[in-house]
Amino acid sequence: MALEINGKTYETDEEGYLANLSDWDEEVARKMAELDDCDLTDNHWEVINFLREYYEEYQIAPAVRVLTKAIGKKLGKDKGNSKYLYQLFPYGPAKQACKYAGLPKPTGCV
Amino acid sequence: MAKSEFETPEIKRIPEIPPVRIGSMAHSQPFRAKPEHQAPLGFPGELVDDWKQVALDKMGELLGKYRSLQVFMDACVKCGACTDKCHYYLGTSDPKNMPVARQDLMRSVYRRYFTVAGKYLPKLVGAVDLTEEVVEDWYRYYHQCSECRRCSVYCPYGIDTAEITMAGREILDAIGVGQKYANEIIGKVFKIGNNLGLPEPALKDTLEGLEEEVEEDIEVPVKFPLDEAGADVLLVTPSADFFAEPHVDGLIGYAKVFHQAGISWTLSSHASEAANFGLFIGSYQNMQKVAMRIREAALELGVKRIVVGECGHAWRVAYSFWNTLVGPFDFLDPNYPVPQHICEFTHDLLKRGALRLDPSANDDKVVTFHDSCNVSRASRMGDFPGGQFVIPRELIRAACNRFVDMEPGTTHEATYCCGGGGGLLTDDLVELRVKGALPRVQALSRVIEDDGVTHMAAICAICKSQFTKVLPYYGLGMDMIVSVHQLIGDALVFDEH
Repeated sequence: MALEINGKTYETDEEGYLANLSDWDEEVARKMAELDDCDLTDNHWEVINFLREYYEEYQIAPAVRVLTKAIGKKLGKDKGNSKYLYQLFPYGPAKQACKYAGLPKPTGCV
Repeated sequence: MAKSEFETPEIKRIPEIPPVRIGSMAHSQPFRAKPEHQAPLGFPGELVDDWKQVALDKMGELLGKYRSLQVFMDACVKCGACTDKCHYYLGTSDPKNMPVARQDLMRSVYRRYFTVAGKYLPKLVGAVDLTEEVVEDWYRYYHQCSECRRCSVYCPYGIDTAEITMAGREILDAIGVGQKYANEIIGKVFKIGNNLGLPEPALKDTLEGLEEEVEEDIEVPVKFPLDEAGADVLLVTPSADFFAEPHVDGLIGYAKVFHQAGISWTLSSHASEAANFGLFIGSYQNMQKVAMRIREAALELGVKRIVVGECGHAWRVAYSFWNTLVGPFDFLDPNYPVPQHICEFTHDLLKRGALRLDPSANDDKVVTFHDSCNVSRASRMGDFPGGQFVIPRELIRAACNRFVDMEPGTTHEATYCCGGGGGLLTDDLVELRVKGALPRVQALSRVIEDDGVTHMAAICAICKSQFTKVLPYYGLGMDMIVSVHQLIGDALVFDEH
C-alpha cells in the first residue's frame, strides 16, 4: 500500500502506517487525518510532536501515562488524561496518533 | 481506519441461538506474516513449493507426538453438544464457527490421508483432499477460534478444540502461511523482551514516571523496581501493564501491595513479558524460547519466588507448562507456590492479616467479574478445586462493598471468552472481535439493567484491551473495565509498618 501526496509516494503497511519513519513530514500527518475526516488542531500537533520526540529517544511510542503526563504539562492539567486524548483521537491515541506521527503501530495486548 | 462496515449484533435480554448463515464470516482473516515475521520463529517466509507434502508430514508428526490430537480426530460422534457453545458462532451465525465444523476442516483431511476408509472410499466417510482452498479455509477459521475451550466443557468426549486450532496453525506456519499479529509479536519478544517492543530505557522511564505519579497521588513512596538483584520476588506481567489503560492501574495495584506487605520485588527488563504467544500458534519450541527468558531472569536476579501478573494465557503457560517446559524451578523457595499468581499472592496476604482494605473506597462502583478463559479452564489458583474462581472474587469482595456475579452459564468454567483471546486481538479482526463479544456483553448488560453494575473487573490483559475496544460498539463505556488489582490498590490502607 502507499499514500500519494502531491505526486510523491509514501510506502505504508496494510493498515496505512508509514513503512519508513524517515519518510514522514507534516503533509503525511495532514493527509492521513484528512482520510479519517479529522481536522488537525494545534493540540493534535502537540501530541504528534511529542510522540515523535519520544520515539526518537526511546524507539517506542510512549506508554499512555507517559503521554497523558506530558500533554498535561503542555496543555494544562485538565487535558492530561486519556479521555481528552480520545476526544482528539477517537480511534485511540496509541494507534491513531502514532499513525499520524509516522510511528509503527504498537503491538501486543493493547 | 475506515468506519465499521459491519453490523454490531443486537443485545437480547434472553440470549438466542441464531439460525445459521452459511459463509457469513468467510471474508474474515487476519493479515499474513511477511518473511521477516516468519524467520525469527524458524518458519518459511512464504508458501513452500511442496506445501501439500510438508503439511501432511507435519500433520503426521503432530498426530504421532500428541496422542490427544489423534483421539480428537477419531472420537467425535457429531452429537452436536458443542454447536451452540462457541461465542464466535453465537455472534456470527457462520456454521463453520460451530466447534465441530471448525474441527472437521482438519478431520476431513485427516480421514483422507490417515485412515483406511478415507484412503479408498473418501466420499463415504466425508474425507476431502488437501487443496489450496482447504488451506484458505483453515487460515480463515483457525483464526476464528480463540482457543478458549468453552466447547470442550460441554463435549461428552472432552475434545479440546483449542488443541486442534493450535495444530492447524502449526501446520500453516510449517508451510509458510503465518499470522502477522502473533508472529511479529513473538519476534519482538526474542529481540527486545516483550510483546510491545518496549526497550529497557523506555521501560525504566515509564516506571519512574509511575513512581512519581503514585507518590503525587497518595503521598506514599511506592517503588517500581527494575532489575534489582537479590529481590525476593520476580514479578512477570504482560507488557500491556506498562503501556495501556486500564492495565497500568493494575500494575500500580501490585506495586502498592508489595509496598504495604514490605516484600522486596523486582521487574526484569530481560523478562518484561508474561504473555507467551507461542501457545497460541501451537509451537512448543517458540513457547519454550519465550518462557526461557523468565527462568534466565529469575536465576540472574537470584530471586526466591516468581509471581505472575494479571494475564490469562500467561498463567496457563506458567501453571500448566513451565515445570516441564523450562523447569525445574528447584532454585525457588518451596514454601510458596511455584509459580504464584498475583491474586494468590494478595489473597494470602489478606488472609494472614498483612493487608487491610477499606472497601468504601470503591463505593462509587458496583462490580462484576469476567472469568478469563485460560485461568478458568486451564489452570487453578490456591490449594483447592475452584480456587481460580473463588480467589479473585474474594479479592473483589474485600475491596468493594457491592459485587454481583453474572448469570451462571456465563461464569466459572462456563465463562465466555472476551472475544479477543488466542492471538486474535488485532484490528484486522475487529468484526470478529465485536461479534464474538456478544455473549459476554449480553450477560453484562443484564447485570447492568438488573443490578446497576458499573464496572467489570478482569485479570487478563487481552480481556481488558478487548473490552476497552468493543464495549463502545454496544453503547457501553470503555472505562467500565478495570483490573482486579486496581480495585485492591484503591482500597488499600497504608498503615505504618
